[in-house]
Amino acid sequence: MTDFISSTGLPAASRAPSRPAQIALRWLLFTLLGVFALFYLMPLFVMVTTSLKSLEEIRTGSLVAFPREITFEAWRTAWSGACTGIQCEGLRPYFWNSVILAVPAVLISTFLGAANGYVIAQWNFRGANLIFSAMLFGCFIPFQVVLLPMARMLGLMGIAGTIPGLMFAHVIYGIGFTTLFFRNFYVTVPGDLVKAAKVDGAGFFRIFWSIFLPLSLPIFVVTVIWQFTQIWNDFLFGVSFSQAGTQPVTVALNNIVNSTTGVKEYNVDMAAAIIAALPTLLVYVVAGKYFIRGLTAGSVKG
Amino acid sequence: MTAWLERQIPKMVLAPSFVAVLIFVYGFIGWTAWVSLTRSRLLPKYDLHGFIQYKRLLASPRWDTAMDNLFVFGALFIGISMLLGLLLAILLDQKIRVEGVLRTIYLYPMALSMIVTGTAWKWIMNPGLGLEAMVRSWGFESFSFAWVIDPKMAIYAVVIAGVWQASGFVMALFLAGLRSVDGEIIKAAQVDGIPGWRIYSAIILPSMAPIFLSAFIVLAHLAIKSFDLVIALTGGGPGYATDLPATYMYAMAFSRGDIGQAASSAMVMMAVVFAIVVPYLYSELRAKHD
Repeated sequence: MTDFISSTGLPAASRAPSRPAQIALRWLLFTLLGVFALFYLMPLFVMVTTSLKSLEEIRTGSLVAFPREITFEAWRTAWSGACTGIQCEGLRPYFWNSVILAVPAVLISTFLGAANGYVIAQWNFRGANLIFSAMLFGCFIPFQVVLLPMARMLGLMGIAGTIPGLMFAHVIYGIGFTTLFFRNFYVTVPGDLVKAAKVDGAGFFRIFWSIFLPLSLPIFVVTVIWQFTQIWNDFLFGVSFSQAGTQPVTVALNNIVNSTTGVKEYNVDMAAAIIAALPTLLVYVVAGKYFIRGLTAGSVKG
Repeated sequence: MTAWLERQIPKMVLAPSFVAVLIFVYGFIGWTAWVSLTRSRLLPKYDLHGFIQYKRLLASPRWDTAMDNLFVFGALFIGISMLLGLLLAILLDQKIRVEGVLRTIYLYPMALSMIVTGTAWKWIMNPGLGLEAMVRSWGFESFSFAWVIDPKMAIYAVVIAGVWQASGFVMALFLAGLRSVDGEIIKAAQVDGIPGWRIYSAIILPSMAPIFLSAFIVLAHLAIKSFDLVIALTGGGPGYATDLPATYMYAMAFSRGDIGQAASSAMVMMAVVFAIVVPYLYSELRAKHD
């Protein structure tokens, strides 16, 4: 087939790379792209196949082999029976911890960011830019530097080791990024719009509700996805500010994998890892475009 | 009166967040800085004792390992992720029909928690049943790949997992950069018969300097904050062979009961971050004002 194409192709005398060379390059290109795709997919493939195998098959078979006999036993154990230390309730309670932690934390920090961004971009008063810089700076600190005082503060507030306490930490340290996202979005709205609305007698909140909010769907999606990914995937706050019953799913996953009681069940570990990864993976597959926009906005525009 | 009140609304909306940032960012940094200058152990004490904690830090072989690891991990993680990301971006930029699918595949690790990444790679690099066993079963009986349990090599295992997770993100940054280069210039160069690799090396890449810088900043930031990946992949071990400043800080704060050490190590981490980020932020802000 390739012979046929190259022999009947256009005379390539005048062109710099000859036709066969071009085809060879194209093949090389696709081979390289394919090899890299395998590199990125391999861990996911191994996780899925391992989670569907029995322990016996894992011990005797190859890492990359398809399961001979598919069993969902490991998934059942990971969801409702695996041990995180002394408790053996699986990932389920911690998965729900993460849900009831992430949903309010995402919403609160996003709305605060929208309000802040609206003020900074459109109602500039003296010192507003300084405040913005101060908030931006907060995005870059390594959280280790606030870990100890935050743990004490949560204790003083009486919410140490609780889900609301963890939520509070995520909201506080999420404000910088959410404000940045909305500010950069609202800055592109012409200021004359606000002036005209003011002339018509609309106030601060009215302008926000009727003009800015309807415009904001894309940036809301970007911010919600960014915050959700951050909070769902967080481990540092989770492990520092929670206790036995209130841990988020990442902490529970790590405990399951490192629990030393009994036989090492790799299939359960892998099933648990996939369960913990599913929500953010799902978001990525459904709304990848917005996910990437958040990533690049969070980094390039910093 | 109502007009005055009306004018204050924006300030009142911003005020709670501002106060929160003042307390929880700046106040807390101040607290940590103060405690790093005391003899605090299990509980914080507030009488100052100079740089005693920083001296202890410098004298600690464990901290020494953590800083060495940060340097090795940081250099390799940033270097390899940048090279791989750039290569992938250039390959994807050749008018590929399945570009969208490939981009999705290269980038999905970025959506995962580092705990998930660490768990997956820990299993893959597990010497008894993972890659090592697989290659041996193919007939290469002497093949050995036990980096995760080898104190000398474990940090390179962390590099592999880190690169796997972050390189797709660098690819996305670079690809956006490649696409933003003025198409007319490239067309003109092609008409002049300049070969493709020269167009990249002499025209496209130099115009992407700001993106190189952004990618570097983000990766450096990720490297310094790396905590979950090490915890999940090696637990900081074997021994403390893969400790990073972040895991050192955590160990001192929550399992060793040495708050003074935790605070001083956190301050050093912040100093490293700022040594990298502040010049960047400064130049960005200045560029916007000019």
